[in-house]
Amino acid sequence: MSNEIPVIGVLALQGAVQPHKAHIEAAGAEFRAVKTLAQCEEVDGFILPGGESTTQLKLINRFEMWDGLAEQFAKKPVWGICAGSILLAEKVTNPEQKSFGILPVTIQRNGYGRQIDSHYAVIEGYNVSFIRAPIITGVYGDAEIIAEHDGTPVWVKKGSKMATTFHPELTMDTPSPMHQRFVDLVSERA
Amino acid sequence: MSDKQPNNILNIKTGLAEMLKGGVIMDVVTAEQAKIAEDAGAVAIMALERVPSDIRKAGGVARMSPPDVIEDVMKTVSIPVMAKCRIGHFAEAKILQEIGVDYIDESEVLTPADEEHHVNKHNFKVPFVCGSRNLGEALRRIGEGAALMRTKGEPGTGNIVEAVRHMRRINAEIKKACSIDETELMSFARDLGAPYELLLLVRKEGKLPVPNFCAGGIATPADAALCMQLGAESIFVGSGIFKSDNPEMFAKAIVKAAAHYNDPAIVLEASKELGGVAMRGTEISEIEEPMLMANRGW
Repeated sequence: MSNEIPVIGVLALQGAVQPHKAHIEAAGAEFRAVKTLAQCEEVDGFILPGGESTTQLKLINRFEMWDGLAEQFAKKPVWGICAGSILLAEKVTNPEQKSFGILPVTIQRNGYGRQIDSHYAVIEGYNVSFIRAPIITGVYGDAEIIAEHDGTPVWVKKGSKMATTFHPELTMDTPSPMHQRFVDLVSERA
Repeated sequence: MSDKQPNNILNIKTGLAEMLKGGVIMDVVTAEQAKIAEDAGAVAIMALERVPSDIRKAGGVARMSPPDVIEDVMKTVSIPVMAKCRIGHFAEAKILQEIGVDYIDESEVLTPADEEHHVNKHNFKVPFVCGSRNLGEALRRIGEGAALMRTKGEPGTGNIVEAVRHMRRINAEIKKACSIDETELMSFARDLGAPYELLLLVRKEGKLPVPNFCAGGIATPADAALCMQLGAESIFVGSGIFKSDNPEMFAKAIVKAAAHYNDPAIVLEASKELGGVAMRGTEISEIEEPMLMANRGW
């Protein structure tokens, strides 16, 4: 795909899908909402969007997408946001739940509390929102911490997999630096 | 947390609604039902004392649920929990905020506490969802600080006709706001009874400034698919699930249909997996005027 722009697939079973469109396009890639394994095979990288991780997990299982997605995630760049970062983590707490385990972190669901504890924070100089966000409580091996907030990692990366516990897609000008970094990551590999 | 900003900003409130998109929010009356709903893939729970169809049957004054019912549900599930307060009843709303619910539904399903004024929702940290029948009503609620809108529909009827009417009306009025001459916008705002600045925003964005979900009378996977195709970004299912023959299978089927609303083959599959019949519906014209919930609030 030398002269073509990379295609970013946003897993669209449930959650905040559309807000990514403008960011992805401004970062120089094509946005595609993907719901089936056949659609997933045709994209160059994945965003697992914010939403409810328990619901997303149940839908992935119910539509028998687990093995197919695991295979796709192993070979392409993946960025998990909030609920999506929970799906990527090696270990999930509060409560424990199944995950793809492709990012060596432990993550605690609803780490800050309920909606009443949702808040803005300045990350890398940008105002971003944490919505019923998880907290990354452990980072292992050679995973790289790119940003922290309140003493815990909020942006973590290992190779072509990355996770943010905040939502650059909701409040930031397009393209957000996180979207740009991810699109660049996908472009390098494509 | 020095870099924390106040969390009553609209973006933080609409942010949660963004996260609930493409999902099903289910009415439950017990922690056991909440568990069934969560296991079926509900994206959030509405904790109630009675579902709307039972509120209709019971008559009398319908109020906020007892706090222990809501707290029980909150302890049982990890997904967001919403609860209803009466229209204009800011004291009930403050109790719900104190309990720590994730969303407050200022709802026409309960007996209104104030026939003139809705709650000033800017004063709360917890986000509010409100019902509307048309664009003017939606923009008045958003003007008061609502972070999420839903159609009113006619709750507890299992009859989708009113929700469809409300969805289509909002869509048509948004289209009109986008297409008329800008000079005509003020008189359109006057006709709608809508704040001008918000109508201007609708015209710019081509959509409501907050997410818009569908509620009121959804009883089958096909109803879910219909609402989503009409532009609802998620759906609320009240009596439809726990008044059906097999709530567990019904809940799963409706979640499945909402996720793949654009794929008739999957909606068909979901329609075959109900494990029983839908709730018995009610023809709207059979309901006596004072029990038409959609007419509560303005």
